[in-house]
Amino acid sequence: MTKDDVAEVIKTHGTERTNLLPVLQDVAATHRFLTEEDLVRVARAFKISAAEVYSVASFYSLLETQPRGRFVIRVCRTISCSMSGKGNILTKLKEILGIDLGETTPDKRFSLLETNCMGWCAEGPSMLINDTVYSHLTPEKVVEIIKEYRER
Amino acid sequence: MEKVSLTINGINVEVRKGSTLLEAAKKAGIRIPTLCHHPDLVPAGNCRLCVVEQKGAPFLLASCTTKAADGMEIETNTHRVREARRVILELLLAEHNADCISCPASGKCQLQSLAHEYFVQKTDFMNIADKSPIDDSSPSIVKDDSKCIRCLRCVRTCSELMGVSALVSAHKGRYTKVETLLDKPLQYAVCTMCGQCVSRCPTGALVEKNYVNDVWRAISDPEKFVVVQTAPSVRVGLGEMLNMAPGSIVTGKMATALRQLGFDAVLDTNFSADLTIMEEGHELLQRLTKALRDKEKISFPMMTSCCPAWVKFMEHEYPDQLEHISSCKSPQQMLGALIKTYYAQKRGIDPSKIVSVSIMPCTAKKFEASRLEMKSSGYTDVDYVLTTRELGHMIRQSGIWFDELEESTFDSPMGEGTGAAVIFGASGGVMEAALRTVYEVVTGREVPFENLNITPLRGTDGVRAASIRIDKPLPDWSFLEGVEVNVAIAHGLANARKLMDDVEKGLSPYHFIEVMACPNGCIGGGGQPMPTSPEIRRKRTAAIYEADSKLPRRKSHENSEVLALYKDFLTEPLGHRSHELLHTHYTKRDDLP
Repeated sequence: MTKDDVAEVIKTHGTERTNLLPVLQDVAATHRFLTEEDLVRVARAFKISAAEVYSVASFYSLLETQPRGRFVIRVCRTISCSMSGKGNILTKLKEILGIDLGETTPDKRFSLLETNCMGWCAEGPSMLINDTVYSHLTPEKVVEIIKEYRER
Repeated sequence: MEKVSLTINGINVEVRKGSTLLEAAKKAGIRIPTLCHHPDLVPAGNCRLCVVEQKGAPFLLASCTTKAADGMEIETNTHRVREARRVILELLLAEHNADCISCPASGKCQLQSLAHEYFVQKTDFMNIADKSPIDDSSPSIVKDDSKCIRCLRCVRTCSELMGVSALVSAHKGRYTKVETLLDKPLQYAVCTMCGQCVSRCPTGALVEKNYVNDVWRAISDPEKFVVVQTAPSVRVGLGEMLNMAPGSIVTGKMATALRQLGFDAVLDTNFSADLTIMEEGHELLQRLTKALRDKEKISFPMMTSCCPAWVKFMEHEYPDQLEHISSCKSPQQMLGALIKTYYAQKRGIDPSKIVSVSIMPCTAKKFEASRLEMKSSGYTDVDYVLTTRELGHMIRQSGIWFDELEESTFDSPMGEGTGAAVIFGASGGVMEAALRTVYEVVTGREVPFENLNITPLRGTDGVRAASIRIDKPLPDWSFLEGVEVNVAIAHGLANARKLMDDVEKGLSPYHFIEVMACPNGCIGGGGQPMPTSPEIRRKRTAAIYEADSKLPRRKSHENSEVLALYKDFLTEPLGHRSHELLHTHYTKRDDLP
């Protein structure tokens, strides 16, 4: 986001501490992550340290502080998904994407991450790709899903 | 005041309503082990080590955050409590790299001593200690996340006491980690290097960068002439490293010990503290003259510059307000510049052979010495900075029986210091020293306070203000007749921020402000012996004022060696040579990349 865009978002929400999260969500919306400049600009407006803004952002899985690929895959790492086979899902994803957890494919198309519980425990294992949830996953289903995203 | 009464281990105790169980136990003379708790910080209650049992309650209570209530029956040493504490310690050790033998915190690590106290030997839990590499990018502080137990004392220190929040708690759950902005190396963080986090870290996750071996190497090198200087507050702190009680004044023994360690010359930073007052006092008078007599637009207040953490804080946080800071270097850097010029000439030593070491209560001084502009002698003005703790270590390593040492004095020249210089070590001391001199320069009379003790400037309040009226000035200063000089003092950078908000808006009513980054000034510095607490700092402060009261000369402008320096070398305060060697400039550290 440009300096002016950030200022606009801050103007919309205000600089009370309780508005920090909505501001960060809006600022992050453009590039799907918060740049260092974004963090510093928000911090100045809120009169808190940039590290504190980073502290808040880092707490939330969906507020990224580093650039990611066009499609961000977030596999649920919580216990029910783990028990229903999340390990195999992750292994398959790593294999077909050729990247490890936390990494992005060289063509900047996919990033592979873990996330905390998304509330789909009854239908695990589950994952998010950007804002779409995929549940009842099997390694075969994962191959199909990724194939479809490759063609987008 | 409303009271509540309860029993702890069968002992009746009455405390103020609102007190915690931990405070009540202390009053009853019962010690409860703590780890995340610190007397300077707001209780966090996150380590749970201080759990106690309440009769009739189903679960254990964290005594640091539970308020005492009427009729409570508390037990602090039951089997259940001991077992709970032992398991908590095991869990903490499971996320800790217990590399005790080579850990710089060994011996003072609270986790280590509690594990020992509770006979924790081997834990059955899988070790999940952080594996990130050690961050030793900063010249002052080393951060080792593998030792961190996430008590967040450092985070609370950086926020509550310093108002900086360079260190924060990032991520969540078992991934929680103490990080800077985007986990940058400390060197690139908005960190003042004050080391207050180091003084409060219960383990070895945050320690000072250690230069002891570099100094030993210099001392052992026959080619080198190793000069040492010691800051005012070191003499009231060092004793604690050597089994003496807080508040012991060890000036004479320290000088003897330094000679026995092998330093070739033992000089005193108090000398250059007096010199700082001469330069900074005249700078204040120059600013007042320009403003009041010549009606020039001058930025007030002038602010002190001896604290490098404060200076770096200003460079980061108020980069547009740097003209308020006095251009005087700190006493450490003034002496550093003079050691390799004036002193070298006077003693006939080749300055390239001199290794200049300073003993400071401070970790930020290590950073200050490394600043690129601190080379006005043509060499690095100060080569190595050791903290009070590191000097304590050297003395222990050398096998010296410190408490049996004869007392001795500093070498000459540049070993003389007045009482005004000693009090640099306590919050308010620089201001008091400056007023003792400035008032006398302007009026020809001593400051109108009993025994020169300007008591309104002393104390522990985070922000203090006073004003002193100039009556019947000498003819040269007639424009100051009736002027009320308003001064203020802040210690703890969170308090400095309170004053800066007015300064930034142009609303500050003060002419001169003293800021020390650390709580209660340098006696509470990040390089002083651990532990630190308000009580320990009170004792060190009392020792500073006692040391002042016992000195024959208590005004900087009466320091005979400083007067000789002006006569032989510098000519006059704010003169050409002073500007070259004793004054500096500051850098905007804008954090917008």
